[in-house]
Amino acid sequence: MVEPRPVLEARSLRKSYGERVVLDVEELQVMRGEVLVVLGPSGSGKSVMLRILNLLEEPTHGTVSFDGAEVQGLKGRERVEVARRMALIFQDPLLFRGNVEDNISYGLRVRRMHAAERARRVSEVMELVRLGGMGQKYIATLSGGEAQRAALARALAIRPEVLLLDEPFASLDAPTRRTLQEEVKRLLTDLGMTAVFVTHDQEEAARLGDRIILLKDGLIEQAGRPRDIFYEPKSEFVAGFVGFDNIYQARITCTEDGLATLEVDGHELEGVCASDSGSLVKVGIRPEDVTLARMGDAGAGSARNVLNGTVSEVEFRGPVARVTVACPFPLIALITRRSLEELELDVGVEVQARFKATAVVVIEP
Amino acid sequence: MESILNAFKEAFWLIVRFDPDFYRIILLTLMVNGIATLIGAVLGIPAGVALAEYRFPGRKPLLVFTHAMMGLPPVVAGVFFVLIFGRSGPLGFMNILYSVTALILVQVVLAVPIIAGFTNASLEDVDPRIGLQARSLGASRLQSTVVKTREARAGLVAAVIAGFGGVVSEVGAIMIVGGNIKGQTRMLTTDIVLNMRVGKSEIALAEGLVLIFIAIIINIFLTRLQAEKGRDVAETKGITGAYING
Repeated sequence: MVEPRPVLEARSLRKSYGERVVLDVEELQVMRGEVLVVLGPSGSGKSVMLRILNLLEEPTHGTVSFDGAEVQGLKGRERVEVARRMALIFQDPLLFRGNVEDNISYGLRVRRMHAAERARRVSEVMELVRLGGMGQKYIATLSGGEAQRAALARALAIRPEVLLLDEPFASLDAPTRRTLQEEVKRLLTDLGMTAVFVTHDQEEAARLGDRIILLKDGLIEQAGRPRDIFYEPKSEFVAGFVGFDNIYQARITCTEDGLATLEVDGHELEGVCASDSGSLVKVGIRPEDVTLARMGDAGAGSARNVLNGTVSEVEFRGPVARVTVACPFPLIALITRRSLEELELDVGVEVQARFKATAVVVIEP
Repeated sequence: MESILNAFKEAFWLIVRFDPDFYRIILLTLMVNGIATLIGAVLGIPAGVALAEYRFPGRKPLLVFTHAMMGLPPVVAGVFFVLIFGRSGPLGFMNILYSVTALILVQVVLAVPIIAGFTNASLEDVDPRIGLQARSLGASRLQSTVVKTREARAGLVAAVIAGFGGVVSEVGAIMIVGGNIKGQTRMLTTDIVLNMRVGKSEIALAEGLVLIFIAIIINIFLTRLQAEKGRDVAETKGITGAYING
């Protein structure tokens, strides 16, 4: 069996501006056909990494290989030759003056593609991104979603071997963002295209990535399949970033058959854990794994952890509410607005918070 | 008030009676300023683009020099011109002093820094990511510079308008290098000065009105050129994110 070969590869990659190191990655591989998501907060070095991969910036140290050949530091014609095998989409559509068609055909025009072939390719890609019939529209008249579709079409038109996307949906409203995420996912799958997708949005990362690397201060904090990142975070930072709103310092007081009793702030919790008794660990609980009930309501069911407390804060986030319960340590639960209304929850109401032992994830063994 | 009315009447008569001397002056003014602006644009726009887009040794001093030259007193330019092209100057053998060529050359010297300076500012204003975007789509360095220059087109037209404005209102330098010779190097501005000196203020005022008229017509033409691309100006705003959400 032939080993899959990375189409893009970086080794000992470091980028610094003066004294400030913004990127320090030992190894990065992008396999052909995969969607690699680079996740991280602002200033974590994600965009710099993308620009280095696209040969728009040179690394301070290290190598970048495209299809097995080292390409960092290439200049002039040689740089253009390699760069033309990739395309980058920025957060803003950055459309050029003119109409949609002018924009989509840009990459083909700089490649001096024959007019007839160019027209065919443009019309094909416009259908692909659902911009059919809008070729003559001036870019100032496009909506945010249409503009980003045009930017996507402009990149896809050149049929890049690797598509690089730098938070392409970050400036769009939520419904448009979701629609475009779905469309891009469909396109990447249908075209079997290799992509590096940079985002700070964990949901977007989970939705699109075959593999995720999480960057913090220019360093890879964790890399793996989405499942690994989202359910087995290796650090408090990763856990916090991928949605573990409840993170506590805990002491394992007893273990039996893989089930551990953990002491958090004087309260006992049950969790699934392989660590030894007496060890200090960090544990995380996703807020969506916590359910709330009014005091005296039906039993806990299979939930191994039942904590009594008082609602100390309610924060609305669209169709869901983020409820903080003082148990007495703060425990955050994510419930629907409808549940909140039916349970008549408000600040000061006494509630029972429940979550299963499997919801308690040990972060730092 | 009466003198102003008389000036209008005089201007009207000057135009309708097709005085050959007067029309020669208008034609020379249009030709010298037109050619100087054109050459100024041909030299100034690429210079402004290069100063904005490329990093080369001496770029910063050159930029400072360009900005300084934008405010160069025309009389000083005229004096330098005479020193260089005068009979005893290093280029005196060219024998161009007091000729139309001299008028055009000195106007070019005045127009180039203005056009280059404004072009440079317009390009600096374009989102730098536009150039990166072009390069990421396969453009060479030069091709991405063309994209950025196109994005700055409204600013470029403004640069040419400013350049034309600079030369059309000019009097000191062309007086010195042209000598204000009747039928040869006499232009509207220098003739105005002359008429004022000899007390023909009505003719001077009339010529002033004609000059303003010419400036307005040419500016309308250039502004139309800019306005036609006004769509594109809106687009330029669009690219940085000011979209109509729908």
